[in-house]
Amino acid sequence: MIPTEGLHKAFESRVRLGIMSALAVNDMLDFNSLKDYLDITDGNLASHIKALEKEKFIGVEKSFVGKKPNTRYFMTSAGKKAFKSHLDALEKFLESNRKH
Amino acid sequence: MKEEKDYIRDISEIRSMMERSSKFRLLSGWAGITAGVLALIGAFVAYYILDFNPGEEMQISGITPLNSLVVKVLLLATIVLVSAFSAALFFSYRKASERGEKIWTPITRRLLTSMFVPMVVGGILIIALLLNGLIGLAAPLTLVFYGLGLFSAGSHTLAEVRFLGLVEIVLGLAATFIVEYSLFIWAAGFGIAHIVYGIYIYIKYEK
Repeated sequence: MIPTEGLHKAFESRVRLGIMSALAVNDMLDFNSLKDYLDITDGNLASHIKALEKEKFIGVEKSFVGKKPNTRYFMTSAGKKAFKSHLDALEKFLESNRKH
Repeated sequence: MKEEKDYIRDISEIRSMMERSSKFRLLSGWAGITAGVLALIGAFVAYYILDFNPGEEMQISGITPLNSLVVKVLLLATIVLVSAFSAALFFSYRKASERGEKIWTPITRRLLTSMFVPMVVGGILIIALLLNGLIGLAAPLTLVFYGLGLFSAGSHTLAEVRFLGLVEIVLGLAATFIVEYSLFIWAAGFGIAHIVYGIYIYIKYEK
């Protein structure tokens, strides 16, 4: 049995799931920290971030550290809700499977 | 469409990412063992070679002006602190390069900030006490503030660090009541407690 209820399509990709997991336990993370945690290329990470941004699951805060631009990401409340229901669905799915 | 095993992998991935991005996992048991050995050597040198005893320093009115002995002991304590910290840094670097991880991450910054706020406050307070001649309280308070630093840093790393922090705080507070034994308690806190902690961490996580 494969669940569909509560699971969000945006989280099918493991990279996006990784981004959301990291942002769930950190108020804010910059691009390079995310890149280190996920161990992927700039372009790859940027495209996944863009997809999550489009869903309004993560937000961007741009600032300057000295003269260098610094872009940091955070999870929006919509993102938190979607991530939580995704986790709940995964949990439910594994629970029902254990019973079979 | 994903299969069951994919979802199980998803969950383990989520768990590992949360752990990896919120806890500093590069602490080595060897750092604790080295710090402990250095502290024991330091206490030995202070007691047997420099002939320093905080109990005696506190006699009469409890006020002792800064003298050359105290300055020497202070220098010794600084050497012990710097070399123990460098050793911890070295072992963390080694662990990071073994795992192909970076050491300078947002968690490392958070860990160091929560550790150093109580320690810097304590350090300044201790300098003020020394300048006022309250030599005897210095050793107990290094334990107390170091313990507070570990306790607050503990929420960003292994839970054992938090426990070690509590042990140091209790020993430090006890030493403020029995200043004549404070050098021995200092050796127990910085020496023995670190070594026991280090061996425990090594056996539990690294062996």
